[in-house]
Amino acid sequence: MRPRVLTGTHFMHGDFAVAEGGLAAGCGFFAGYPITPATEVAERMAARLPEVDGMYIQMEDEMGSMAAILGASCAGVKSMTSTSGPGFSLMQENIGLGAMMEIPAVVVNIQRGGPSTGMPTLVGQQDMMQARWGSHGDYPIIAYCPASPQECFDLVIEAFNAAERYRTPVLVMADEIVGHMTERVVIPEEKEIKVVERKRPKGKPIEYLPYQAEEDLIPPMAIAGEGYKVRMTGLTHDEKGRPAISAEAEGPLLKRLLDKVSAYASDIVRYEERDTDDADVIVISYGITSRCANRAVELARKEGIEAGLFRLITAWPFPVDRVRELSEGAKGMIVPEINYGQMVLEVERVVCGRAPVKGVTYVPGTLPDPDATLKAIREVAK
Amino acid sequence: MNQEAQKEKRHPIEDYLRSDMLPHIWCPGCGLGIVLKAYVNALEKAEVPMDKRVVVSGIGCSGRAAGYLNQDSYHTTHGRPIAFATGLKLGNPDLNVTVISGDGDLFAIGGNHFIHAARRNIDLNVICVNNFNYGMTGGQAGPTTPVDSKTSTTPYGNFEHPFNLPHLAASSGAVYVARWTTLDARRLRDSIAAALKKRGFTFIEVISPCPTGYGRPNRIGEGIEEMRMYQESWDLREDNWIIQEGANPRDAEIELRKNILVGVFAEVERPTFQDLYWQMEPVKEKRLKHMLRDERKVRE
Repeated sequence: MRPRVLTGTHFMHGDFAVAEGGLAAGCGFFAGYPITPATEVAERMAARLPEVDGMYIQMEDEMGSMAAILGASCAGVKSMTSTSGPGFSLMQENIGLGAMMEIPAVVVNIQRGGPSTGMPTLVGQQDMMQARWGSHGDYPIIAYCPASPQECFDLVIEAFNAAERYRTPVLVMADEIVGHMTERVVIPEEKEIKVVERKRPKGKPIEYLPYQAEEDLIPPMAIAGEGYKVRMTGLTHDEKGRPAISAEAEGPLLKRLLDKVSAYASDIVRYEERDTDDADVIVISYGITSRCANRAVELARKEGIEAGLFRLITAWPFPVDRVRELSEGAKGMIVPEINYGQMVLEVERVVCGRAPVKGVTYVPGTLPDPDATLKAIREVAK
Repeated sequence: MNQEAQKEKRHPIEDYLRSDMLPHIWCPGCGLGIVLKAYVNALEKAEVPMDKRVVVSGIGCSGRAAGYLNQDSYHTTHGRPIAFATGLKLGNPDLNVTVISGDGDLFAIGGNHFIHAARRNIDLNVICVNNFNYGMTGGQAGPTTPVDSKTSTTPYGNFEHPFNLPHLAASSGAVYVARWTTLDARRLRDSIAAALKKRGFTFIEVISPCPTGYGRPNRIGEGIEEMRMYQESWDLREDNWIIQEGANPRDAEIELRKNILVGVFAEVERPTFQDLYWQMEPVKEKRLKHMLRDERKVRE
C-alpha cells in the first residue's frame, strides 16, 4: 500500500502527476468519466484513492461528475475531477453552481483539439476562453496552465489551495501534450508541501449564516452533518442562504463573488519570465506552447534580437499589471497558442494599443514548431 | 399570552422547518406540503439523528422543498440532485441523504443519474413528487404526463408515453420501491421511514395534485376536485384491489382518469456501492473503518 505522498524522484506521466498532485493536496474524492486524453488521471485515481482511504467513482457523465465532486466537497472532502473538451462543456453547468454556492473543487482539463469531438488524441489550447466564460452568468474563476508533468503536480496542489482559500471551483488547464508527456517529477516530503484548508465557522451553529462573509470577503464554510443546518442554493440568495430574487440581492452577492478573486489577484497570479528585462519583443505563452516559445526566444537572442518570454502560469486571473508594464515601450507582443486566437484577445485588451500585439496560430493537432514564433519575432523586431 | 398558550400556538413540525421561509411558494391545493410533513414525521419515526439529516433537491416546485427544511439542505441544479447527493453520501457515509424532487427534474433532465444511482445502489433515499407536469414553468408536459392529458405544450392532448416510475426504479436496481398519493399521508410517512432506515437506494413516488398546472387544463378543476379524484380511487382501494403490497411494478402504469395502483412494489437486499468498494482486494482490511455507523454497531 503506497502512502498519500510519493516522496521521491519519478519518471512520471503528466496525467499521473495531476492525480498525485491532487492526493498530495489532500484530495479524498474523485468523480469522473472516461475521456481521451484525460482518462489516465481517472485511472490513476481509481488505483490510488482506495489506498489512502479515499473514494473514486466513475459517474454516468460529466454533469454528474461535477455535481458529485461539489456534493463531496460539501461533506468536507477535498474533491476533484478531470476531463477534456466535450466533458468540460458538460461541466460548465455545475462549475457555475460551485461558483454560486461557493464550493471548493478542482477541475482539470487536459485540452484536446476541438470543436465538438474534434481530435481526441491530439493537442489543443482552445478552451481558454471557455475556462473564463464557459458557465452562464458572471462568476469568478481561477485557472492554472501547467507546462510540464512537474507543474501538473505542483499546480494541482496550488489549485486545491486556491479552491479552499477562496471557496470556489478552480481550473487546471493542461493540454494533451503535457498530459501525455513523461518527464522527471520530484515529489517533496509531505511536511514540505503547503496545504490550505477551508475556513470553518467558529461560532455556535444557531448563529451560523452560510453566506455571511468576513472582512476577507470569504464566508466560513460549514459542512454537512455537523449541526450547522447549512442552507445552500444556486438561486440568488441572501446571507442566510435564502432565495432572494431581486437586483438588491444580486448586486452585493455578485460583487462579493467577483471581488473575492479580483481583490486577491496579486496573491493568485503566477507567471515566469525569461530575458524580459531588456526585451523589446515579448512573447506571451502558456502550456506546451510556452516551451516552444522558449526555444524561439533562445534562437532570436542568438540572432541578436532582444526577445523575452513571459509565461502564464495562471491564465485567469490574467497578470494585467505586469503585461501592461512590459508592453510600455515594447516593439511588440507575440502570443503563440494552439488555437485561432484566444488569450491574444486578453493581451490586446490589456496592452490597449501601447504596443502592437500579434497572435501566432498553431493549428490544433501539431506540436508547436518554434519557427513560426521565431518568424513572428523577426517581423516585429524589424 | 402565557407560555403555555404560546406553546400551543406552535405548529407541531415548526422546529423542523425554516420559519423565516414561510409562507411557502406552493399553490393552494398543491400536495408538496403533505410530502414535506410526511418526510419530517418519517425522520422522527425512523429516529434519524438531527445532525445527520441531509436533503438535496433539484429545480422546480419540488426543488424548493430543501430550502424549507431546517436541516442541512442543498438546492442544486436542474436534474443533478442525485449526482450531488452521491458525492455527499460517499463523502460522509454517516449522513442520511434524501433527495426530494419532481418528476421532470428526476426523470427527464436527471433520468440518467437516477438509473445509475439505482444501479450502483448508492445509499440514498429518493422521493419523487409526481404531479404529471412542469408546474414551476407553467404546466408543460413531462416524462410522466399521462397520454391524452392536456398541458400548455400538449394543447391537443399528450401523444407521448409516460414512464412507469416504480417499474423503472425496480428494474434499475432500487432496493425499496413504493408509490403513494398525497392522500395516503400516514402510509407515506411510514413508507418514507422504512426507506430512511433501509440501506441502499430507495425510491418513493408520491402522486401529488397540481391544480394550477395539471388540474385546470384537464378540467379536473381546482385542488379540491383533484383531491376528490384521488379520494375516489382511494374509496375503490377500500375494496382492496388497488393497494397491492408486492404488486408487480410492471402493472403500475398510470392512465388519465384511471385508478392508480399504489403500494410497496419492491423490498430487496443488495450490497451497496460502498459495501462493494471496501471489499476490493487491496483495501479489504479498511472495511470496518468505513462501514456505516449503524452497521458497525451491529458488528460489535
